[in-house]
Amino acid sequence: MTTTTSAALASPRWQRYRERPELLLLPSLALGLIFFYGFMLWTGWLSLTRSSLLPSDEFVGLLQYQRLFADERWLQALANLARFAGLFIAIPLALGLGLAILLDQKIRGEGGLRLIYLHPMALSLIVTGTVWRWLLDPELGLAQGLRQLGFAGFRLDWLADEEMALYTLVIAAVWQITGFVMAVFLAGLRAVDDAVLQAARLDGASGFTLYRRIVLPTLGPSLFSALLVLLPAAIKSFDLVVALTDGGPGQASELPALYMFQMAFERSRLGLGAASAMVMLMMVLSIALPYAYARARRGAAA
Amino acid sequence: MMLRRTLIYALLALFALYFALPLGFMLMNSLKSAAELREGAFLAWPRAPELSAWRAAWDALGGSFLNSLLLAVPVVTLSSLLAALNGFILCKLRFRGSEWVFIGLLVALFLPIKVYLLPLAISLAKLGLSKSLGVLIAIHVIYSLPLALFFRNHYLGFPDELLRAARMDGAGFWALFLRIVLPLSKPVFVVVVILQFTTIWNEYLFGLVFTEAESRPITAALAQLGATGEGGVRDYNVEMAAALLAALPTLAVYLIAGKHFTRGLVAGAVKG
Repeated sequence: MTTTTSAALASPRWQRYRERPELLLLPSLALGLIFFYGFMLWTGWLSLTRSSLLPSDEFVGLLQYQRLFADERWLQALANLARFAGLFIAIPLALGLGLAILLDQKIRGEGGLRLIYLHPMALSLIVTGTVWRWLLDPELGLAQGLRQLGFAGFRLDWLADEEMALYTLVIAAVWQITGFVMAVFLAGLRAVDDAVLQAARLDGASGFTLYRRIVLPTLGPSLFSALLVLLPAAIKSFDLVVALTDGGPGQASELPALYMFQMAFERSRLGLGAASAMVMLMMVLSIALPYAYARARRGAAA
Repeated sequence: MMLRRTLIYALLALFALYFALPLGFMLMNSLKSAAELREGAFLAWPRAPELSAWRAAWDALGGSFLNSLLLAVPVVTLSSLLAALNGFILCKLRFRGSEWVFIGLLVALFLPIKVYLLPLAISLAKLGLSKSLGVLIAIHVIYSLPLALFFRNHYLGFPDELLRAARMDGAGFWALFLRIVLPLSKPVFVVVVILQFTTIWNEYLFGLVFTEAESRPITAALAQLGATGEGGVRDYNVEMAAALLAALPTLAVYLIAGKHFTRGLVAGAVKG
């Protein structure tokens, strides 16, 4: 690898050093290349073979993908993902923005409130799923609590309801992530220039108008950051499904990641599992690649 | 005006209740006895708080709690030191293709684990490596390589004069890195260590696939406890104690260093 040191370090003396720092990067580079990208290609290859119980080298073209998209279960997992992702993105964005604006009103005890809103982010999704599985339990859970409070006929059996099970995932996931979205928006709100606000106030803008005209338009980058986290997180959702519904009842709340895991590791259909992983990869790359490209170009310009 | 303030506070308090509910609920029910479960007042405070559920939870998950510690401490230490070194090299040296390394790391940050899980499992089986904590530690360190981006972003802000001055004094690369760069990296270290500890402690899938019963980390053990508890006795006091046990270390970190935690999350999202 030809190397040139940056302007800062380029000096004759530097060249005399026996150390070649860039060589230190090589082991990490090699490992990263193999474990991230090599394995990615390997999965791609598996998805083009007849691999089932054991990996096979028999090339079958797009057969596994044809099987995948002929599988009702996979199609339902995709449809579920679309429903789940829409809500998992829209609700935290709305709620997070609302909470951030409320918290931005010179609130006493803001620190404490922020601590409470954000603490779910410290928890494992397995913990979150475990707690909500009991909170939403049709017999025990919140439903029972409300019945005891006097709402005798109250029922909440979404966990057992094929139509509604997916929404239990939304409830728990929204609970987990909203505090984070709020923190992102709050950071954005705090970054608004005070002088701009002052000028707007002098012009007679206040309250709602001030927010709508001056503050909200500056939150584009915050929105972008939040989406950049929410979208891939939705596509990759797995832990929560395992802990809360296990994809059930039936396959009513199955998402692509769970499908992939079950095919590859429980049903011994490696090729099919690999194909579903590659579809998930395409979805994530459609977000990550444009972003990385833009970041790299901005970096080069700077 | 007064009314408006009251409304704002009421809304904020309502949401505080909503966010705090599951935690309070875990705590409440983890202190109930088996007898009290049968009477079944799910939302009530325990009448005679006792620790039997906690004892049962520790019996079931104590081993995996220690496994998670034995996993998280080395992974966090190794991966953040490696990330600091790589981040510094990436930032202060421009070599041909360095922007590709940057893009490669950035994209790697997004890749779903599912994309490399199968080849990983196949290679480990081919190499004859048994499932163990050691293997899991190595896997986590490798897949934490993109952490270098955090440090790289921090080092971009380093004044070049500082490094040049140190070099004038004859400092070699290691001296430069160990004596100047690392001590100035404390703020990033705090953020990265907290973020990485939380990530590794909470990680589930690798922990499930690459360990066996004795080496299970706590997330995998907790998920299993929930799955087996389904049919028979529904000991949710034990399950709530177990869930809280799994949550305690990261919650403690969050309470002690909440500010850095938030900063890390936000910075992580913004800077990639």
